[in-house]
Amino acid sequence: MSLAAHVVVRRGALTLDVELAVADGEVLAVLGPNGAGKSTLLRVLAGLLAPDGGRVVVDGDRVWDDAGRHVPAHQRSLGMVFQDHLLFPHLSVADNVAFGLRTRGARRADARATAEGWLDRVGLAGLGDRRPGQLSGGQAQRAALARALVGDPRLLLLDEPLSALDARTRLTVRAELHRHLGDYAGSAVLVTHDPVDAMALADRVLVVEDGRVVQAGTPAEVARRPRTDYVARLVGLVLLAGTGTGTTVALDGGSAVAVAAQVHGPVFVAVRPESVALYLSRPEGSPRNVWPLRLVTATPHGPVVRCDLAGEVALTADVTATSFAELGLAPGAQVWASVKASEVAVYPR
Amino acid sequence: MPVPLLVPALLAVGFLVLPLVGLVVRAPWPEIGAQLARPGVGEALRLSLVSATLATLLSLLLGVPLAWVLARSQVRGRSLLRALVTVPLVLPPVVGGVALFLVLGRQGIVGRWLFEATGFSLPFTTAAVVVAETFVAMPFLVISVEGALRAADARFEDAAATLGADRWTTFRRVTLPLVAPGVAAGAVLCWARALGEFGATITFAGNFPGTTQTMPLAVYLTLQRDPEAAIVLSLVLLAVSLATLLLLRGRWLGRGAVG
Repeated sequence: MSLAAHVVVRRGALTLDVELAVADGEVLAVLGPNGAGKSTLLRVLAGLLAPDGGRVVVDGDRVWDDAGRHVPAHQRSLGMVFQDHLLFPHLSVADNVAFGLRTRGARRADARATAEGWLDRVGLAGLGDRRPGQLSGGQAQRAALARALVGDPRLLLLDEPLSALDARTRLTVRAELHRHLGDYAGSAVLVTHDPVDAMALADRVLVVEDGRVVQAGTPAEVARRPRTDYVARLVGLVLLAGTGTGTTVALDGGSAVAVAAQVHGPVFVAVRPESVALYLSRPEGSPRNVWPLRLVTATPHGPVVRCDLAGEVALTADVTATSFAELGLAPGAQVWASVKASEVAVYPR
Repeated sequence: MPVPLLVPALLAVGFLVLPLVGLVVRAPWPEIGAQLARPGVGEALRLSLVSATLATLLSLLLGVPLAWVLARSQVRGRSLLRALVTVPLVLPPVVGGVALFLVLGRQGIVGRWLFEATGFSLPFTTAAVVVAETFVAMPFLVISVEGALRAADARFEDAAATLGADRWTTFRRVTLPLVAPGVAAGAVLCWARALGEFGATITFAGNFPGTTQTMPLAVYLTLQRDPEAAIVLSLVLLAVSLATLLLLRGRWLGRGAVG
């Protein structure tokens, strides 16, 4: 196990208390809303911030513990990529990448050659003599990645590495980052509030809310079975909590949902908005899950219209723009919403 | 533009600029060459430039680290420290001169020990001029550099730490280059203040032509004897100050000031 940490930081109202472990070659994404303590966690892992308690162990070496062992950041083997690249503006791009080698005693010419090699690897060959200010956002973030990886660190920390980029650049840099993370042999921790980054780049996801881990698992598990409203919204699901008896779940907010599996005890019910169908009158046949609801808001969302509904059950339905027009719905309108029992995911709380 | 702002602003400009215009208008231009060639003028000018430059170098050497401590370190009582080191900024320079005399004079707390050990007495030497000017001018540099350090993004220093740089390396290779425009601005302020220093210098270093008589002292003494000559000397100081300001603006201050 290459990184093992337990981090406790108390900052006013927020108490961060997170345990994590990352294997060699593994990428862990720490996903959470702003203010959840993600960046604080990363600063502790880097040695830039002293935690109030806990320990940080890298490759079996305790670099921070309660017994008074505090290895400062500059004596650790780590690379860090920041949200807004933080390339030193007074140094050339190549000198930025060579910086970590020079501070660790490499000769100028050797450092320069290694830096040029890395610039080549991240697709910036020939741009080494430029100033960071002369690079585009995507190029600067690539250079920052090269600067972090150049010393072959045992630990790679990425703090929202893509969120300062525009949507198109983000797509290409994300793909490149994925490739470099695949080649990287150490442990990597990625902090992000973007579920797409976490899903695309990480082997495992840790969801942190209000300073605590609320969910951990592979990206697929987290996407399929969210355990908090925050995660559910991120992955585009509606999350309902209830208690299962047979194939029926009595929701905590009243009402009930029919499910396809036999369930017992406290469960979560996850509904995909595209599986919710809307009707002006009660649908024919006998679908088991049908509720009269009120349309609260309708917002265009790509090719569909996302309809937020209120009533017995708070649901969200994605209907095509055409059906939405045919239904002729306006906010405040009464609709019937139905969802097949087989379309509802249910899992223990 | 609103009149209540415009009128006072114009008055302020007039108030600041007119005296300088008067100086230029009243100057005895035909005799200026002869006045400048008089014995003592060149000497006083040279002494002023050398001592102001030495005072600035001393201020950089001591003041930049002090600014770093005030802006970046976690030492307790930093605000008290800041208040203490900026006292010379508001203190009448003559009082500063008296205080220096009491500490560094032959009978002073430190000066007595120095005199007994080495036979050297600081007051009334050229070194005393530099000390007096440094005492008065260094706070300008400290305040200016501290401001630049506070404005600079400290996360660059975090980035340097993750790249293996200890705090001293980070200071040399990251922080100092980032705040270079602020340091240059502070050095100019400090130099100009040192160049014009009068009260502390005359109190602590005296007024001996060739060793401690700087230009401001020469101007003051000449004004009582020979007003025309005093105007010429003042013009020289004005020209040197303006030239320095313009030169440094073009070279350092203009380029990407702060960030």
